[in-house]
Amino acid sequence: MTALLETRDLAKSFGAVTAAADINVKINAGEIVGVIGSNGAGKTTFINMVTGYMKPTSGDILFDGKNIIGRKPREVMRKGMCRSFQVAQLFPELTVLENILIAQAMAESKTLSFFSALHTNKREQNARALLDDYEILEYVDEVVSTLPQGVRKLLDIAMAMISQPKVLLLDEPTSGVAIEDKFDLMTTVMAAVKKSGAAVLFVEHDMDVIARYSTRLLAFYDGRILADGPTKEVLRDENVQTLVIGHHLDMDELEGTANA
Amino acid sequence: MNLALAVLVDGVVYSSWLFLIAAGLTLIYGVMKILNMAHGSFYAIGAYSGASLIGVYFAGGNPPWASYLLLIGVAMVAGLIVGLLIERGFLRFMYGRDEVVMILVTYGILLILEDTIKLLWGVDPYFAYQPYTLLGRTKISSLSFANYDFMLIAVTAVVAFILWWSLNRTKAGKILQSVIHDREIAGALGVNVTKIFTITFVIGAFLGAFAGAMTAPGISVVPGIGIEVIILAFAVVVIGGLGSVGGAFVGALIVGLSRALSVHLYPDGELFVIYGVMGLVLAFRPQGLFAIASARKI
Amino acid sequence: MLNKNSLILLVLAVALILIGLVMPYWFSFLVTVALGKGLVVLGLVILMRAGLVSFGQGLYYCAGAYAVGAFSHFVETDNVILLLAVAMLAGLVISSVVGLLLSRYRDIFFAMFSMAFSMILYGVLVKSAELGSSDGFNVTSPSLFGFAPEVNGGSILSYWVAIILAFVFGAIIWRYFKSPMGVAGEAIRENEIRVEYLGVSVQKVIYIKYIMAAVLASTGGAITAMTVGHIDPEMAYWTTSGEFVFIALMAGTGHVAAPLLGAVIFELLRSFAFQVSPYTWQMILGITLLAIIIFLPKGLWSLKDKLMKGAKS
Repeated sequence: MTALLETRDLAKSFGAVTAAADINVKINAGEIVGVIGSNGAGKTTFINMVTGYMKPTSGDILFDGKNIIGRKPREVMRKGMCRSFQVAQLFPELTVLENILIAQAMAESKTLSFFSALHTNKREQNARALLDDYEILEYVDEVVSTLPQGVRKLLDIAMAMISQPKVLLLDEPTSGVAIEDKFDLMTTVMAAVKKSGAAVLFVEHDMDVIARYSTRLLAFYDGRILADGPTKEVLRDENVQTLVIGHHLDMDELEGTANA
Repeated sequence: MNLALAVLVDGVVYSSWLFLIAAGLTLIYGVMKILNMAHGSFYAIGAYSGASLIGVYFAGGNPPWASYLLLIGVAMVAGLIVGLLIERGFLRFMYGRDEVVMILVTYGILLILEDTIKLLWGVDPYFAYQPYTLLGRTKISSLSFANYDFMLIAVTAVVAFILWWSLNRTKAGKILQSVIHDREIAGALGVNVTKIFTITFVIGAFLGAFAGAMTAPGISVVPGIGIEVIILAFAVVVIGGLGSVGGAFVGALIVGLSRALSVHLYPDGELFVIYGVMGLVLAFRPQGLFAIASARKI
Repeated sequence: MLNKNSLILLVLAVALILIGLVMPYWFSFLVTVALGKGLVVLGLVILMRAGLVSFGQGLYYCAGAYAVGAFSHFVETDNVILLLAVAMLAGLVISSVVGLLLSRYRDIFFAMFSMAFSMILYGVLVKSAELGSSDGFNVTSPSLFGFAPEVNGGSILSYWVAIILAFVFGAIIWRYFKSPMGVAGEAIRENEIRVEYLGVSVQKVIYIKYIMAAVLASTGGAITAMTVGHIDPEMAYWTTSGEFVFIALMAGTGHVAAPLLGAVIFELLRSFAFQVSPYTWQMILGITLLAIIIFLPKGLWSLKDKLMKGAKS
């Protein structure tokens, strides 16, 4: 079986600084993959590269068996790979509904209509259903810049999911969200994404969240992949504990959260 | 041979003039991130103040040689008054706005200053030819050049050197460079950004007025000269890279020499050449030749 | 079938056309010139909604006018439809070339670079002896296959054309602003990265908008040329473009009617201010501009929304 997303010897350097090297990853359909690593370990660089925002210095990226090196984000998106952002990328002065309507119209076709209305009953119905999936329907008429961080993060992810991608990359979906809300947010996202069957890769700093939601885990260290395997195994790894997590993990407690 | 000489001399004279005008514009942009449309008005104010005072000065029968000092003094006073008035009185309340909004703000200031100039000096032309003719002319080969123009080159060289020296060799200049590089970090490190802004704006206004005052003896000072000049200055700083004083120097040379070439070989292309060169440079280097790179943020 | 709003608009357009018959000529002249500028500003508004301020719409305003002038002069026609078509074509052709370069730029670079292009045209025209150099040249008054009725001492045809074009373009752009392509402008202004990740080429959208704005501007220039009967390179000078920016800011970008009405208000104000005090006109403009930026950043049109909100509560 060929992987949905595969990178071969992916590397990125800025002058003398190596941001990523020897990145070999395979993601299969429907997988839920967590990503950990300290700041600057290459997680966001990885997402930027595979979605075409940043051109790798060398290496290949295969999506659905085709090399997508040099493709722009919009082309990668059309192929079926979308992402969310560490800082939600939205249209801040527009309402939540307008944000979703625009995303829908753009997802429908890259050639935008000049004359038909953006706001149709059908689109609004779909938008409301989508917002309901992400449990932010109550904000539908609010202007985005007035919304709390958690709602923005959910809207950001909802907009990425509109085109029903096969792979969804989430860059720190819970950053900027209060600790007590992290699990709610992830539960909502995972439930909504599960409907579509997309493979998910998410960057996360909270080991409790990682343990509960990911089945597989990638640990980045110094621009390289230090460990890749079933989440529990990677979390037990000595190197991962000392280099990436920075302290010893109480696995019993983690498993307690994971099973809760 | 004569043609080459004429192109070279005219080109360098014109370049010096362009640099005098553009230096203040690019300095203000570099430090304050304001593309100051009113800079042309500073030039016009300098030219009018210079021309009218020179007229009074010579009418009073004062020693002619000191009139050059008068031009410098006039520019200093005009720059100080106008710069302080605009920066302290108005501009400082607008800081933090979008760069495009700041263009519109300075466009508004330009409109106001243009009519203020008409109200103060009327619409009749002013002539202040004495400092220009006083220096006489020099014959090189069979061509005759005004010595005032050579002096302009020397003055520009001095101004360029002082700017370079104070930006690179003094503590104040290094602080200024740090603000140009990253305003937020400079502010966080305890640099008094407000004070720097005021000083920069006044220096920029002085440079604009000085360019006008130095130009006045060679031209007839009429309404609208500032409007003409500002777009030339834009071309120069855009070619050199907005905010870079060294870039403005190179930009002025490029524009000055290509204009001189066009004037002597194909006079009809004079204006076209300036913006043509600008278009050409920007097509290959969108940020200009010596732009200070800014990182893309996600 | 027409709905209520289109019916009102149609009645209004017909009424304005008929009123032209009893209007004093100076007034219909003023309205025509104003609507010509209004169309340019309408195009500018398309760009400004996408966050782009062009200080160079004079390029197309002038190109449209010169297309009319040159065509009527060299082909010897005064057919208003033909002349308008030539002007629009001129705007379309020039902008589809210049736009390739300009659509890569944003912010002040877009503003300055568009200004540079209009100054190139100015520089060329000033030195073109066969096109009248800096004096420009006269343009014959247009007719519709020989039909050019005189009312109150001047031809009313241009006025009618301006009214019809203002309504037609106004309606089209009104519709456009509500379409995905129209709203894409606001999306780009707000967040280009998101637009790219939604699968749309920002540069292409800007390119298309730039061409639309140019065609509107060249149409406006054509109307001006036919009405005033004289054209000169000043139309491409950057101060002309600055005037368009001024009207757009003053009027606001919230509705298609804002730039059209704004242009009429602007021309009325100017003709009075010029008579009262010719040397303070620019000062008034400058002070108004600063006041608008500070107190009414969304322009006069936003007052309407505020008033309506006030009335409701």
